Amino acid sequence: MMAAADDPLFEYLLRLGDNDLILGHRLSEWCGHGPVLEEDIAISNIALDLIGQASLWLDLAAEVECGGRSSDELAYKRDVLDWRNTILAEQPNGDFAVTMTRQFLFDCHHHALLTALLESANTDVAAVAEKALKEVTYHRRHSGEWLIRLGDGTEESHGRAQTALDNLWVFTHELFEADGVDQAVVAAGTGVDPAHLKAAWDAMVNPVLAEATLQRPADGWSIRGGRQGVHSEHLGYILAEMQFLPRAYPDAVW
Amino acid sequence: MTEDWPLWEVFVRGRQGLSHKHVGSLHAPDAEMAVQNARDVYTRRREGESIWVVRSSDIVASDPNDKGSLFDPADAKVYRHPTFYIVPDEVEGL
Repeated sequence: MMAAADDPLFEYLLRLGDNDLILGHRLSEWCGHGPVLEEDIAISNIALDLIGQASLWLDLAAEVECGGRSSDELAYKRDVLDWRNTILAEQPNGDFAVTMTRQFLFDCHHHALLTALLESANTDVAAVAEKALKEVTYHRRHSGEWLIRLGDGTEESHGRAQTALDNLWVFTHELFEADGVDQAVVAAGTGVDPAHLKAAWDAMVNPVLAEATLQRPADGWSIRGGRQGVHSEHLGYILAEMQFLPRAYPDAVW
Repeated sequence: MTEDWPLWEVFVRGRQGLSHKHVGSLHAPDAEMAVQNARDVYTRRREGESIWVVRSSDIVASDPNDKGSLFDPADAKVYRHPTFYIVPDEVEGL
């Protein structure tokens, strides 16, 4: 593939891959700590799906960059300011309601995004999107069914789900904001305009919130910046754990 | 939590399988989650094309104490096995 190091597609692919890798890592923290064995396996499966998708996106990014960095180097040798995931993806797991609410908000966006990327002019991007969409269709089903059960469950579970929704809502606006990188990949036909995903996201989120008897929070103050490298304090701790081994033992193999 | 959730028996039909086979059991709050849990627990390695779940309490089982009267009489009925026929060479798949 012919491309330059400053190709906006590189930056765009990092955003796609980083979201998957950071949320996948977050979910992997549940492994062995799930509320029940069945859910422990379900969450670990989703974590592995996301980490697998991250490796596909970062492989593509490495190819586009033509800079000699492999996907492993992109994953393990970038520091906080070079990460391009949304701030939603790096938020702590909290209780099970927080994890499932974060997952559902993310999954609906992920589903809309991958569906749109099926039309990418870049056939590699479209192919990864097609593979990932099957997995994400299940992720959304799983998190949505859980959110319905938590919201429409007991007083305790409803309260926790509503609190999680209220607290996480401020991170959702970032998912739909376009910057120069987005505009460039839209112009090239390889990426999608985040703002165009909002209608599809609303159409997935609203019915589930209604069935879950959860109140959709009002749009007010919001926070953004992850896609440009401005992160919450949580990302540094994730990277410290995730990157420790390859940084402490460079070129370690197993 | 699982003590509050009913037990479900899981049946999976493999890719070449003609019928669903019992593969195990799990806990789930309801049927939809039982199917999802079955998918996650029992088909991670592409074991299946189709899943059935059924509440364990809905299964009617024979009494182990009846084993003798139910099954032993078949022991003496070798003529029920199709082993006394000469199978023509042309017949495949038997």
